[in-house]
Amino acid sequence: MSVLVFVEHHDGAPQKGSLGVLAKAASLGDADAVLVGSGVSSIDLGKYGAKTVHVADDAALEAPLPQPRVDVIAKLAPNYDAVFFANSVLAADVAAGLAARLDAGLNWDLVDVTADFVGKRPALQDTVLVDVGWTSTPRLALFRSGSFDAQETGGTANVQPVDIALEDFSTEARMVEQAHAEASGPSIEDADVIVAGGRGLGSPENFSLAEELARALGGAVGATRAVVDAGWYPYSAQIGQTGKTVSPKLYVALGISGAIQHKVGMQSSNVIVAINKDPNAPIFEFSDLGVVGDVHEIVPKLTELVNQRKH
Amino acid sequence: MKIAVCIKHVPEGAGRIDPGSKRLDRSGEGALNHFDANAVEEALRLKGDGEVVAVSMGPAKAADSLRKALAMGADRAVLVSDDAAAGSDLVATSTVLAGALARENADLVLFGQQASDADGAVLWAAVAERLRRPVVSQAAEVTVADGTVRVKRQTEFGYDVIEAPLPAVVAVSDAINEPRYPSLKGIMGAKKKPFDTLSLADIGVEAVSKTEVLALGAPPARGDARKIEGDGNAAQAIVDFLAEKRLI
Repeated sequence: MSVLVFVEHHDGAPQKGSLGVLAKAASLGDADAVLVGSGVSSIDLGKYGAKTVHVADDAALEAPLPQPRVDVIAKLAPNYDAVFFANSVLAADVAAGLAARLDAGLNWDLVDVTADFVGKRPALQDTVLVDVGWTSTPRLALFRSGSFDAQETGGTANVQPVDIALEDFSTEARMVEQAHAEASGPSIEDADVIVAGGRGLGSPENFSLAEELARALGGAVGATRAVVDAGWYPYSAQIGQTGKTVSPKLYVALGISGAIQHKVGMQSSNVIVAINKDPNAPIFEFSDLGVVGDVHEIVPKLTELVNQRKH
Repeated sequence: MKIAVCIKHVPEGAGRIDPGSKRLDRSGEGALNHFDANAVEEALRLKGDGEVVAVSMGPAKAADSLRKALAMGADRAVLVSDDAAAGSDLVATSTVLAGALARENADLVLFGQQASDADGAVLWAAVAERLRRPVVSQAAEVTVADGTVRVKRQTEFGYDVIEAPLPAVVAVSDAINEPRYPSLKGIMGAKKKPFDTLSLADIGVEAVSKTEVLALGAPPARGDARKIEGDGNAAQAIVDFLAEKRLI
């Protein structure tokens, strides 16, 4: 079997989520990758398990817009049993555009897939695990972020330049101003550690508690919808049903009650530690370590102890 | 400007999958997908002296959600309802909706951020592809001037600004606005507004899905959880726990 993986990149580096999906594809059979952008030829994916890397490197492809990427991948996809994507704003739009272009089935929000192409998808707020399939090829699959870890295999890929022919309508949308990653830490969906704050922090200023602990643990800061709606923290940090879905190795929840809206965005984290002064907070039902206590007392001490261990 | 806004009628409360058909049980009470209310609101804000048409594909009951859009202020509604479209996946749904939208030929097609039942957040890109129009998703701000739509798009990296000529397809986030509640006058007036119901034959498309549900199972349970009282040693207890899990 053969799988093509769409590898997303930002500021010259492949995204961790895409590399995780590439590792999964390589574990199932022959995995190839496709890189689309400008100046992307130097990105080495052979060491992450790709056999062949199709590279579409052109100034016209610089902006991270979905439709030109559909044009590129649509030429390659029919040669594969499946095309895999790690979920992101861009990848979701590329996958869906490709589904329509090729009339190819797309299953999304998958957390795993078997070697005979049965996708595993938690549904209805993760209360049921659904086995999903495809009735035609190529099978398109969009994986929930953090489902797989990247693997450095140390291989070398065969690099194939791709001929680029873009549809008229694909180039109508134009990037006027592009966002750049904030320098203050890993992006929330790629972070191994997330320290998230909720209303229990008490005030916007107290988000510094979360930021300092995140810095000590080498992680990113997340927030609940309640505090984002209240203007305490930017929406880009929001985790939950209407924000980002994350599954870091460690999730530390500070003053978060654990409403379903938040839970669906973080419950697949490997280890969850929660600090909340309400012993009945729902978050304790799905935490590996629950601490009933005051975040304002515990967190500064915790940050100090973590920092001490590093020295 | 003519704006088409695509909406979905979703089951109310915690959903249930019918073990027989392996499809979401849509027999009970439903409501307008709340993410789509943001798209309706944005359409009403942008329309000027133009027209807003609400479009949906779903069971006959989806008329309730279209009436809600009409009560909010949309001018017309189109419901594509056909037994042959039940259980449609992305490929089938995008074919049907694109067919209905092609008849409308709107300047702007709006979608909400996701469907709260199926957690789908991809339909707009498939519909845009079939209509061969530019698409921008995750819109936090939308402005239209001189035949161009300008969108502030939120991504994992911050905010992009993207422009596209009309006609275009835009999916708005739920942070973009606060949807209005229908007034009593709006609710009464909605009953008199034009409402078309179409079959797949009316549009001239077939709904052919390319994915299937094979089986339903229980999600994996979490391991043993520990809960401690936060006395003076809580910070140390957390550090010990993280060290035990090799996280620090």
